[in-house]
Amino acid sequence: MKFGILINEGPFTHQAADTAYQFAKAAIAGGHEIFRVFFYHDGVNNASDYAVPPQDDRNVTDNWVKLAEANNIDMVVCIAAAQRRGLLDANEAQRQGKRGDNIAPVFRISGLGQLVEAGIEADRLLTFGD
Amino acid sequence: MAEPWEEENEGTVKKFMFVNRKAPYGTIYALESLEVVLITAAFDQDVSLVFTDDGVFQIKKGQSTAGIGMKNFSPTYRALEGYDIEKLYVDQESLDARGMTAADLIVDVEVLSRQQLADLMNEQDVVMSF
Repeated sequence: MKFGILINEGPFTHQAADTAYQFAKAAIAGGHEIFRVFFYHDGVNNASDYAVPPQDDRNVTDNWVKLAEANNIDMVVCIAAAQRRGLLDANEAQRQGKRGDNIAPVFRISGLGQLVEAGIEADRLLTFGD
Repeated sequence: MAEPWEEENEGTVKKFMFVNRKAPYGTIYALESLEVVLITAAFDQDVSLVFTDDGVFQIKKGQSTAGIGMKNFSPTYRALEGYDIEKLYVDQESLDARGMTAADLIVDVEVLSRQQLADLMNEQDVVMSF
C-alpha cells in the first residue's frame, strides 16, 4: 500500500512524530511504500538541523534523516508554517536576510499543495497529531 | 493557465473531509487548517468540513479578537462558498454542550448527529483532523 503521512506536532513535547516514525519504519519493513511525509503546524520543527537532545535520548530529526535517506522518502516541510516558526532553508534564509539556515538536508520546503497531492496519490493519508 | 499540479492530477477527485476540533484561538490549528482547506479546494477536490468539540467556536458569530492582539479570521469561513466549499457539518452534541444552536453560527451549516457524522466520514477518501 502507498501511504502518505501528515505530522502536525513538533518533536519531544508530543509523541506524534515518534509514532509516525515507528509507523513509517514498520510500513517499509512490511513492504509498503511511503509516498511522502508532510510536516505541518509545529511538525515543521522536526526538520531542525540544530536540535541537540541529550545523548541518552533519541534524536527525532536524525531518525527521520536516516530513514528518509535509506528509503528515498520525500520529506516536505510546509513553507508558510516553517517561516512562521523560524525554520529556513538556505535559499529562504538568503531571501529573507537571515543569518543562517536550519533545515536538515533531507527535507525540502514546499507548499500545502504537496499535502493535497499526497492525499490524492496515496492509498491512505495518516495524520499524526494532538 | 493551468497550474502544473492541475495537469499532474487531472481527473482525480477525492472526497476530503476536514475535522475541526479546536477553538479558533489559543492554538494555531484552526487558522492553519483553514489554509489546507482553501488549497484543497484550489485542487478541485470534493471538500467538506466538520466542526465538533470546541471546533464549533470557530464559526461562532460575534468574535472579537482586539483584546488578544490576534487577527479575527472568522470572516474567511464566510468566503468558503466562493471556493465552492458548501458542505459544512456541525456536531449537534457539541453545540448542545456549549449552549449553542445553528443560529449562533456565521455560516449556513447542516447540524448532524454523531452517527450521521460517522456515516459521512465512512464515505470519505481522506479525513484530516485538526
